[in-house]
Amino acid sequence: MAAIQETREHVASLGERYKYGFITDIEMERAPRGLNEDVVRLISAKKGEPEWMLEWRLGAFRRWREMREPNWARVHYPKIDYDKAYYYAAPKSSAKFANLDEVDPKLLETYEKLGIPLHEQKLLAGVAVDAVFDSVSVATTFKAKLAESGVIFCPISEAIRDHGDLVRKYMGTVVPVTDNFFATLNSAVFSDGSFVYVPKGVRCPMELSTYFRINASETGQFERTLIIADEGAYVSYLEGCTAPKRDENQLHAAVVELVALDRAEIKYSTVQNWYPGDEEGRGGIYNFVTKRGDCRGRASKISWTQVETGSAITWKYPSCILRGDDSVGEFYSIAITNHFQQADTGTKMHHLGRNTRSRIISKGISAGRAQNTYRGLVSVHPRATGARNHTQCDSLLIGKECGAHTVPYIESRNPSAQIEHEATTSKIADDQLFYCLSRGIGQEEAVALIVNGFCREVLQQLPMEFAVEAQKLVGISLEGSVG
Amino acid sequence: MNMLEIENLHVVVQGQEILKGLSLVIRTGEVHAIMGPNGSGKSTLSYTLAGREGYEITEGRILYRGENLALQTPEERAARGMFLAFQYPVEIPGVTTMNFLKTALNAQRRARGAKELDAMSVLKSVREAAGALNVSEEMLRRALNVGFSGGEKKRLEILQMALFKPVLAILDETDSGLDIDALKLVADGVNALRTPDRGILVITHYQRLLDYIVPDRVHVLDKGRIVAEGGKELAHELEAKGYAGLARDAA
Repeated sequence: MAAIQETREHVASLGERYKYGFITDIEMERAPRGLNEDVVRLISAKKGEPEWMLEWRLGAFRRWREMREPNWARVHYPKIDYDKAYYYAAPKSSAKFANLDEVDPKLLETYEKLGIPLHEQKLLAGVAVDAVFDSVSVATTFKAKLAESGVIFCPISEAIRDHGDLVRKYMGTVVPVTDNFFATLNSAVFSDGSFVYVPKGVRCPMELSTYFRINASETGQFERTLIIADEGAYVSYLEGCTAPKRDENQLHAAVVELVALDRAEIKYSTVQNWYPGDEEGRGGIYNFVTKRGDCRGRASKISWTQVETGSAITWKYPSCILRGDDSVGEFYSIAITNHFQQADTGTKMHHLGRNTRSRIISKGISAGRAQNTYRGLVSVHPRATGARNHTQCDSLLIGKECGAHTVPYIESRNPSAQIEHEATTSKIADDQLFYCLSRGIGQEEAVALIVNGFCREVLQQLPMEFAVEAQKLVGISLEGSVG
Repeated sequence: MNMLEIENLHVVVQGQEILKGLSLVIRTGEVHAIMGPNGSGKSTLSYTLAGREGYEITEGRILYRGENLALQTPEERAARGMFLAFQYPVEIPGVTTMNFLKTALNAQRRARGAKELDAMSVLKSVREAAGALNVSEEMLRRALNVGFSGGEKKRLEILQMALFKPVLAILDETDSGLDIDALKLVADGVNALRTPDRGILVITHYQRLLDYIVPDRVHVLDKGRIVAEGGKELAHELEAKGYAGLARDAA
């Protein structure tokens, strides 16, 4: 129909499908290209790190050189030349700020454009933000207010200097230095990220949020986040990510470690919107991320919620080690792939303690020529009497050239375990679409509406402040997927 | 003024010609009924009017409010006041009925250049329409048509009609699956919209609904063509003789 075509062209001509694709023109300081011990030493020196941290990094680097990139995921990409990339980039002016007035206005402007104002009075009520720009944290808000209740929320580089004992006690205990190729690389060259410590019995008074921005070209981002909830503590944390539109592929290899002690609860939400590449599959972020939570204490709980709409390649399996008896792990995921995006994502639930419970709800949406794989493991160890898991994997296909794949692994070594797995695959039905159109709802909006309905159980898990933004993102990332 | 002019309409669906030269004129303020046996082309006509993909007009034309309907997308038709009450309303899991109504209402308003309504105003309008049709708040919170009974689905269609206040309403077998109480509710809803500036096209298999929505004209459709036309008494004649009897008389 000619008129539909016209409407669509009009929508397309509104341009900027990926509205975060701008580049901030700012003077950068970088480590030399490539990776060797000198670069690792330089990063450590730039951060003013103690000797133990440098040794930790060097140990990781030596190990990494012996490791091979994994190739079991259902993603295809040209070989990454690790010697061509930059491993450290920072705005020149960013030495260390006593307050926000000293921050380069260009940086503040960047975050304003992203909808993340860093001036506290303009902030979303009740959300503290740590802003990470390439390899450094540029600002952390509400630090003083959080400190009143004993909560530490700061860049990890600062935590290494000021809270060394805490960092040393927990870092690498959930994701060991030798865990996997990308995690080991991260351990050697990680630049910045967030550190959170919530003391015993404290319910963190506000949402904590980190906003990651890749800006520099040919530069990898390797952030590292460590969150510790002490006995009976509660914290809700959200990360958001964007990157400029560039024709090259950029590597992002993060590590996130969560530790929940007795009766503690951590809720970790991600809205991942790295640049996905263009309609032809040029450019985009390679997102190879290791995220793991350890329910170390009795009756502790870790809940992962992720909305994955960006990146050319997503390789990520936020997992829970249910070590403490009666602990609970949850994984709620929406993964949307359009055009040439590839996602291989899921979770691992390791039931070690008695009466541990886990719940997995995964919604995969595939459009264009994208490939979307759910890969998950539920493993029940011999001691985990009374363990229970429920898994639900739903896939939605839009168009004829995309693919959805579900690869669930289940290992049970305790006869009392109850494990349930449900999976569905469906398409947006023509009659659903036509019903919406006949009510005056246009193609793009109709698809967004139907897909948001499909994802509803997961969207409901997001903190209120971000649920609306996530819903919009779901619509935007599927633009141009019908017809 | 003519609201809808269908001239010698031929429609092909999946390679098969279903409508074979149908002509029909509805003037503003009129209620028309189309009756016909299964397979006569009733639903094809309603889908063609609403602009469903795959319903190809191969000959003839449709003018809606003086303009060629074939050049308009389904959503444009809706924004210009056309409404189709579906014979089989569609389920959309996870989308609450209330959210769907708000999205649709505002999409139509936007297309007409009117200001969008906020959640409170929409809620108020929906409640007004819902009360008369016995649609509960609980139903509005459920996902659209998911787990609704046949009667609930049909009442929701009429609720949408009351909410959107269309210029031309097409009711495709809205009476099927309704008990007599629900039928009266639905008929009251339709009659409330019966004003001099609107047109209504009732498509039905049975005469029963036409006792409550009394048409100005009745057309009998058979094998893709109008085979008989008349006033409201034609519906009763049809009920007495059956389609086969009427077809014999016509021949």
